Amino acid sequence: MPQFWLEDFIPQLFWLVVAFALFYLLLSRVTLPRIAEVLEARQSRIASDLDKAERLQAEAREALASYEATLAEARNTAQTLLAERLAGVTAEADRKQAALAERLQKEATAAAERIAGSRERALADMSHVAAELAQSAVERLIGVRLGVAEARAAVAQGGGGGG
Amino acid sequence: MAAERQIGHDSPMHQFVIGRFGEFHVFGLDASLSKAAVFMFAAMAVVVLFLTLTVRGRALVPGRWQAVTELWYVFIADMVKETVGGEGRRYFPFVFSLFSFIALCNLIGMLPYSYTVTSHIAVTGILALMVFLLVTVIGFQRHGAHFLSFFVPKGVPAPLLLLVVPIEVLSYFMRPISHSVRLFANMTAGHTMLKVFGLFVVQMGVFGILPLALIVALTGLEVVIALLQAYVFTILTCLYLNDAIHLEH
Repeated sequence: MPQFWLEDFIPQLFWLVVAFALFYLLLSRVTLPRIAEVLEARQSRIASDLDKAERLQAEAREALASYEATLAEARNTAQTLLAERLAGVTAEADRKQAALAERLQKEATAAAERIAGSRERALADMSHVAAELAQSAVERLIGVRLGVAEARAAVAQGGGGGG
Repeated sequence: MAAERQIGHDSPMHQFVIGRFGEFHVFGLDASLSKAAVFMFAAMAVVVLFLTLTVRGRALVPGRWQAVTELWYVFIADMVKETVGGEGRRYFPFVFSLFSFIALCNLIGMLPYSYTVTSHIAVTGILALMVFLLVTVIGFQRHGAHFLSFFVPKGVPAPLLLLVVPIEVLSYFMRPISHSVRLFANMTAGHTMLKVFGLFVVQMGVFGILPLALIVALTGLEVVIALLQAYVFTILTCLYLNDAIHLEH
């Protein structure tokens, strides 16, 4: 076997050591750092992109939260405004109704007073008429001319005594 | 010497003759260039060029070729991280170089008319010895003389230690042998088998179609073995590194 030809050992050893030393130096100093650089650049790029994405996501979440807060606030404001208006309107209506009721009450009272006045006046007229009637009746019946005062007292008495 | 080293061109072993392009000495060492040296440099050049050119664009979204390089890098980085842990980062370039060199030598060897550098025990032996020395040095550097406790398993009764410690020591020194022979034997056996079936194709005439079909299937298998053996060599290196760094036995 040519593999065991001893005279070929030393030249192979020599060139292998020389070539491998050169190869190792070239790879470890130049080639491998260059590849590592490319891989690291990608790694850091991916990391920074992930970072950015995370930041943007946080921002979006924040924006959504603030939007929701604004919306809730607006809804609240609307509700209070509505309630206020409703209260105002109700109070106004109540007030108007009360005023109306008062006015009606007043009118009713005035009307009652008027009626009472009229009745009194009518009654007074009636007793006057009755007294005159009584005067003339007594004059005609017995020829006695009653004084006005007497006739009135008699009418008042008769009226009071269940006439 | 040369006379008895002749191997016929029709021998399945002829592919493993590395030859030499003239004699060449450095500091008295025989440094003659051969097929082996040429293919070693070829494999390393392919690795360096491929890795350099594919990440030249430094694309954020990798293209097809850059993805291969990144996958290759991450595959070894994960292997080191999982078997050795955080302290293994320092040895990542070494493990990566080892894997890439062996994988490319094995794969280039699958091309017709090429040569498989890792089919020589001299090469795999040096690689395994390199790993063995590195691991031993790291062990003693990190733990000093305490590293010797690696050979004394915990919870073993004292009388049994007389038996266990020599076995542990022996198995430790057997590591580079099994480490190197596994790769060398796999590569040699695979290529020899392909060559033998190739000779059958020529000798069997019309019926040569049968071994030819077999060769096609076996070539596929050999490509898998080429990558698998590179992986095995590398993961064993990681396991040895882990043993030396984390002295738990």
